[in-house]
Amino acid sequence: MAAISRDEVAHLARLSRIEMNDAELDHLASELDLILGAVARVQEVAQGDIPPTSHAIPLHNVFRADVVKPSLTPEESLSGAPATEGPRFKVPQILGEAE
Amino acid sequence: MTNIHSTAAQMSAALAAKEISSVELTQQHLDRISAVDGDVHAFLYVDTEGALAQAKAADELRASGKEISPLTGVPLALKDVLAQKGVPTTCGSKMLEGWRPPYDSTVVTKLKEAGVVILGKTNMDEFAMGSSTENSAYGPTHNPWDLTRIPGGSGGGSAAALAAFEAPLAIGTDTGGSIRQPAAVTGTVGVKPTYGGVSRYGLVAFSSSLDQAGPCARTVLDTALLHEVIAGHDERDSTSINQLVPQVVAAAKKLDVKGMKIGVVKELSGEGYQSGVSQRFQESLDLLVEAGAEIVEVSCPNFEYALAAYYLIAPSEASSNLARFDSMRYGIRIGDDGTVGAEEVMRRTRHLGFGPEVKRRIILGTYALSSGYYDAYYGSAQKVRTLLKQDYERAFEKADVLVSPTCPTTAFKIGEKSDDPLAMYLNDVATIPVNMAGIGGMSLPCGLAPEDGLPVGFQIMSPVMQDDRLYRVGATLEAALLSKWGKPLLANAPELAVR
Repeated sequence: MAAISRDEVAHLARLSRIEMNDAELDHLASELDLILGAVARVQEVAQGDIPPTSHAIPLHNVFRADVVKPSLTPEESLSGAPATEGPRFKVPQILGEAE
Repeated sequence: MTNIHSTAAQMSAALAAKEISSVELTQQHLDRISAVDGDVHAFLYVDTEGALAQAKAADELRASGKEISPLTGVPLALKDVLAQKGVPTTCGSKMLEGWRPPYDSTVVTKLKEAGVVILGKTNMDEFAMGSSTENSAYGPTHNPWDLTRIPGGSGGGSAAALAAFEAPLAIGTDTGGSIRQPAAVTGTVGVKPTYGGVSRYGLVAFSSSLDQAGPCARTVLDTALLHEVIAGHDERDSTSINQLVPQVVAAAKKLDVKGMKIGVVKELSGEGYQSGVSQRFQESLDLLVEAGAEIVEVSCPNFEYALAAYYLIAPSEASSNLARFDSMRYGIRIGDDGTVGAEEVMRRTRHLGFGPEVKRRIILGTYALSSGYYDAYYGSAQKVRTLLKQDYERAFEKADVLVSPTCPTTAFKIGEKSDDPLAMYLNDVATIPVNMAGIGGMSLPCGLAPEDGLPVGFQIMSPVMQDDRLYRVGATLEAALLSKWGKPLLANAPELAVR
């Protein structure tokens, strides 16, 4: 029994906003099945109440002074944009999009 | 006489003695890049004008008598994952083709303040995901020792630039071994500092809890000189450690390991390690004993789970970090024909903008973070991370530093493992535990494997913010090897064709 089906991969691709053709989905499903089989080994030792580590060197309450500092100009902020209109990012339609 | 084969320290001395100007030194390296990089392909972008302008400014700074860094005027190659204002920064991806950052990363700011001359941007696996630089969207880099072989990854471009004498210094980044593994397979030196030791501001994020920028060079002392330039607290990185930078240059000059305890990690040897790799590693241990160190064996029983945990944590963080490449504010945009909405444009752009390995990891990470699988995969991996930290804590009670081969094998052929992701992931089996625990790690060359004549890397690991120990042990071993060989390892590399 495969750990991950082609349909699941298609679902994950939708969640990740990556278009994938049939060949890619087939290939990735078989690869992910192998990879998941290998990485599932973590479950052998990750038992009981071992505390999780998200950062190796935990720092807490990192603050900075709340003062205005020089920053990017609007022109600089927009300099890498694929499309702009005036001092704004221009993006494709975001509302009423057909799914 | 200083030339491209000199060390950065020698170049620094020659600049101070006015035997050469930075403009001349920079031009020598630009000429070298023109001559050999067609074959090596270490660089994605060579900033000829910018480098010469920085060199001129460095010469003026030296002439002004103001206080300067030892590396003022010395050229450097920058991994293409670090933002440099106005200079193309692609991360080896089509997604960022043509992007010129409007700001400098903190590493670049510090390099500029020190007057280091940035020659250009080096090739890498796309978004730093890989161990061979074959995942670059702009074609692979070739190992100067054998152009049919990989230079390691993801920082293969930086390591190859050093080994090909295109630059005496380079910057890499290391998430699971991307500084140390390329150093090992190219016969160069690379250090992953303690996590938080060097600012990540302006380092395009792959796996934020693991990513760390660090220095690369051809000698331990040069690496230390660069380390002190780029390290230090930065309020723009909330994970930056607010402590004094370890005194790594002094440590690299100490050349004394008497009384130090060096722990050999039992689990990072034996099966899977090429015989010549094990042989050169053992010989290096003997040299350290001769130099007065004591060798102890340590066991880190959970290391066998490190690779599995890494390939859950890193892709999970990547799936989140790479969501920013949505074609709206920067990077490429594909398929915006006016008939479809933003989400469809994102899908089309990410389909063509990302390569196979990046997609594989985004999907894997999205899966590991999905409800229903989160505890079994990501949650378990985080627990393993705790076990790895505990393994290190116990080991460092018995030893001042830990050592192992940097990677199980020497450089493999380009294409040899590209269809087998699991085999590829095994390259990092000895380097990954270091990132998971956030400690410091170094790779330095310790000889050529007899069976293939290719470089072998020796890895040293130190506790958090004790990076100076890497340099103390590394420089001592380097000196012992140099006196044994009579010449640097890279003197054995074949001459590259000059075109």
